[in-house]
Amino acid sequence: MNEELFVSGRNIPNIDPYLNIWHWQIPIYLYLGGLAAGIMFFAGYFTVMRKEKDMEATVKWAPFLVPGVLVLGLFALFLDLKHQLYFWRLYTTIRFESPMSWGAWTLMLITPLSFVWAASYMKELFPKWDWKFNILNKVESLAIKYREFLAWMMMLLAIVLGVYTGILLSAFNARPLWNTSILGPLFLVSGLSTGLATAMWMSKSKYERKVLSRLDLIMIFVELFLIIHLLMGFLAASEVQIEAAQLFLGGEFTAVFWSFVIILGLAFPATLEILELRGYHIPVWIPALLILIGGLVFRFVMVEAGQITRFLY
Amino acid sequence: MRYAMAIDTKKCVGCGDCVVACQTENNVPHGYCRDWIVENVNGSYPNVEIELRSERCNHCDNSPCVRCCPTGASHIIEGGIVKVTHNECIGCGACIQSCPYDARYSHPDGYVDKCTFCDHRLEKGQSTACVEVCPTNCLYFGDLEDPNSDVSKALKNRKWKVLAPEAGTKPQLYFLT
Repeated sequence: MNEELFVSGRNIPNIDPYLNIWHWQIPIYLYLGGLAAGIMFFAGYFTVMRKEKDMEATVKWAPFLVPGVLVLGLFALFLDLKHQLYFWRLYTTIRFESPMSWGAWTLMLITPLSFVWAASYMKELFPKWDWKFNILNKVESLAIKYREFLAWMMMLLAIVLGVYTGILLSAFNARPLWNTSILGPLFLVSGLSTGLATAMWMSKSKYERKVLSRLDLIMIFVELFLIIHLLMGFLAASEVQIEAAQLFLGGEFTAVFWSFVIILGLAFPATLEILELRGYHIPVWIPALLILIGGLVFRFVMVEAGQITRFLY
Repeated sequence: MRYAMAIDTKKCVGCGDCVVACQTENNVPHGYCRDWIVENVNGSYPNVEIELRSERCNHCDNSPCVRCCPTGASHIIEGGIVKVTHNECIGCGACIQSCPYDARYSHPDGYVDKCTFCDHRLEKGQSTACVEVCPTNCLYFGDLEDPNSDVSKALKNRKWKVLAPEAGTKPQLYFLT
């Protein structure tokens, strides 16, 4: 027998019997951050490739969602804070050792950028739109003039944002499930995939949907590859990480992880996309919705499961 | 200067005086604690071993909580004591996630709170509240760099261990075994 007990009594809210200090707000925040990064990256990419005409939904329509997505995500993060009136302290310092600090600054840059990008397509997509104030007209014409520069900035910041959503978790070595460098690229790819799914859903052009669905297939396969590596890495590591992997391999998160994330969130939509590319008619919303739900569940599972894992002593 | 604490697991009887003294001294809200006692039972009758450990923040040399804090509210003061500035803390919980010892908690007022090694008492030349009340004298506190401090003397002649050294945090609570 090896048993450990708190004999002094200890039942601190959200810490005992197991850590549960982050609730629904954080996975929502990470998900929306990844989704925004995905949409912005490909909007930037197809602009730089000068494919705006063929990829209208990706470059022009989907980015209209981004300001809302980012603001909602930031609001979720704000709700998670326990000392909310001091949130501005995030912006009185930059601490490079803390992913949350540079993540907050990245969001400070990318959120206005997403507004500017959407604004630069307002008049083109809604010809009756009037900015009312002259200064806004000037901002718009500047944005249109320097659109390619904005596209490069968006791609760069989108990658930083996407990686940040994973590194935020992987920086905590006290939580063995999170403490793996694969989480950065994995969350980035998952975010890119949800961004592609959104653009695919919004697109009315067959050609655009085909291009997006091909790209999305690549993302899904990279994601599956990274998940396999994640689990392999855990199983080849120390006791605490083997136990972390067991949560998905027979432990309490096995059912939700394999059914909602791997099968319904990745494998099944990938199969549908392959069938579509082969010429079968599949309503586009089915794979898109599955990918979006899969990405959301993945973040909930990772945040919940990660908090349970800990060092033993 | 490097403050540290040694805990004699053979002398500790698990009375909980250190816990109550801390709660009283530091006005810890009801239902929370900055230190606690763990009873580890190993083996089965008749070969059973019990280890009693009075635990608290390890005031790590390589402190992940200070590293991950986005605002700099978590910081290290003279002597290696890890502290939280209440009006810089946004309550994001990153430091709580980063601590392998679960030594931090979210105070009902919003900020994150933890053991301070009673730095307000050290300033006055006193020892920490938990050390002063311990009825079996199983807690030793002091400066590791001073060979004549209680903690240095305690560590000199005894075998000791730290908790979760594999977490890489270089903890500064030494458990005499």
